[in-house]
Amino acid sequence: MALIPKGTGVIIQGMTGNQGSFHSRLMLDYGTSIVAGVTPGKGGGKVHDVPVYNSVKAALEKHAAAWSVLFVPAAFAKGAALEAIEAGLNLALITENIPVHDTLAIHAAARKKGVIVIGPNTPGVTCVGESKLGIMPNHIFRKGGVAVVSRSGTLTYEIVAALSAAGIGQSDVIGIGGDMVIGFDFLDALRHFEEDKATKAVVLIGEIGGDLEERAAAYAKEHVTKKVVAYIAGRTAPEGKRMGHAGAIISGSSGTAKAKVEALEAAGIRVATLPSDIVRLLE
Amino acid sequence: MKLKEHEGKELFAKHGLAIPKGRVAHDGDEVAEALRHLPGSEVVLKAQVLVGGRGKAGGVKVVPKEQAVAAAKKMLGMRIHGEAVLELLVEEKLAIDRELYLSLIVNRAERCITLLFSPEGGVDIEELAKRAPEKIARIPLHEFNSRAVDLKWLEQGQQLLEMVKALHRLMEKEDAQLVEVNPLVLSGKTLVCADAKVILDDNALYRHKEHERRKRLELSGLEADARDAGLQYVELDGDIAIIGNGAGLVMATLDVLAHFGGKPANFLDVGGGASVEMMERALDIALKKRVSGLFINIFGGITRCDEIAQGLINYRKEKQLKVPLVVRMIGTNEAEGRKLLEKAGIPSLDSMEEGARKMVEMVR
Repeated sequence: MALIPKGTGVIIQGMTGNQGSFHSRLMLDYGTSIVAGVTPGKGGGKVHDVPVYNSVKAALEKHAAAWSVLFVPAAFAKGAALEAIEAGLNLALITENIPVHDTLAIHAAARKKGVIVIGPNTPGVTCVGESKLGIMPNHIFRKGGVAVVSRSGTLTYEIVAALSAAGIGQSDVIGIGGDMVIGFDFLDALRHFEEDKATKAVVLIGEIGGDLEERAAAYAKEHVTKKVVAYIAGRTAPEGKRMGHAGAIISGSSGTAKAKVEALEAAGIRVATLPSDIVRLLE
Repeated sequence: MKLKEHEGKELFAKHGLAIPKGRVAHDGDEVAEALRHLPGSEVVLKAQVLVGGRGKAGGVKVVPKEQAVAAAKKMLGMRIHGEAVLELLVEEKLAIDRELYLSLIVNRAERCITLLFSPEGGVDIEELAKRAPEKIARIPLHEFNSRAVDLKWLEQGQQLLEMVKALHRLMEKEDAQLVEVNPLVLSGKTLVCADAKVILDDNALYRHKEHERRKRLELSGLEADARDAGLQYVELDGDIAIIGNGAGLVMATLDVLAHFGGKPANFLDVGGGASVEMMERALDIALKKRVSGLFINIFGGITRCDEIAQGLINYRKEKQLKVPLVVRMIGTNEAEGRKLLEKAGIPSLDSMEEGARKMVEMVR
């Protein structure tokens, strides 16, 4: 089953802002069931005919929802995220540049409450033909059996568009976020894809920094029977420089693309040298 | 943002951690002045650089006071792994009975703060982790208590606990993502932080004005300009300027270019939903450095291709673009963008790899 099936109730925190309003329109166009928006002080209004409330609690008194998509600016993201978690909602944290100690507090609360947090700094999740939470472009997808999980936004669009152009459709496309500390990660995604009957093969898009790809390789070797192929960005990145994403940094000898490629290949996962090679590796 | 040792020690002192007596010096006179305030007959001179491996490269020296000025002058002229030594920390020489290791890190895998402790300090911790991992205790901070680390051999167990608390406070109050004390020195009956490594969280600089000021000083001229313009920019040593949207895509662009034999001059992410003005600013920054080509790689999601195209056209009208140009542009409003470029006589491609190959050919 898709991670977020059609008809799942979704609220948008920060819906009245520029980004929140713009992307809510596109999510509605995709078919996502947005039941309410939340912006403190803007309760009683409407955006795209969807009612806006002052708090998550007030929204949930009137509507049933399982997920929140959060567009609140970084300085206020922690409070908003904790509000959603407290109400028992799963969360897609689109916001970029959240301080890492705030992120740690958010994940600690989520762990306690037992809810899923995707991100921060994620483009969100698209369950193709079912629902879209976040900011991925609507037009690139094609329904099919290849799941995609990635630490990057545009690079995901690039690869998804190449898959669609080659006639290879997708099941769930999940952006896990480019931050140093994220919630739902490659291991969670692999677990979900292994169970999801619609998924036949997996594309994993990693990048420099941390050791998530190495841990994913070890996990896949033990627990994943479906075909997994990968791409790793940052082969030419210098040591000690943050390459856009807060998490994309090589420190000393750890977090290099080389180590990740080697770990994946040792687990039997083929790694594309060029993004376009992904299509060939899936055939 | 990585802090220099003396900046880290300032924060240590602010949060009640014991540090050696010392002063920062930029020239012989300042060194002489520092000597007057330090006890003992010897001092330690420590080059204030951000690169690692300073000790082995001659950036830390114990010298008798009467030779300190001469030795300091020599050190102030040196380069350590390419980084010029412009500042020294002149410190009292501690009597060292034992060297330990202590750090708090953000544990990406466990999503928590983890304490690392080793009774063998003063060595390269990455190297120790490979050679003898059992000598490093790793404890999630929320599970930490006096029993977590076996402290029986250490009379100063209570002091160490206080130190961990102070480091944790520093980490949260200052928004640090790493604090490391290596070595933590046992000198007589006291534990003293003989070195300090602090990495601050760039995302939290907005709530620390004094750290934000420091960040600006640390950046190269172009990197500071990019930061002001709201762009993600990293200077690299090649000759092909790169502009793209999204960190992952730009990283991939650098890799693909290198795959075909090109050398990127920079990493520049114009960001999601970039406006015409943002694109103009990005061009301005990417082309300030002398380059032999410009490769623009856009996948329009939130970013609209027509905005990117208009930014490029405006820039060309105002300033001359003297280097070969390759534009790869697909996605949202692609047709509108292409039309604009065609009118201005700029060809565009739809494959990133074809674009990279063409760019490399053009600059050869």
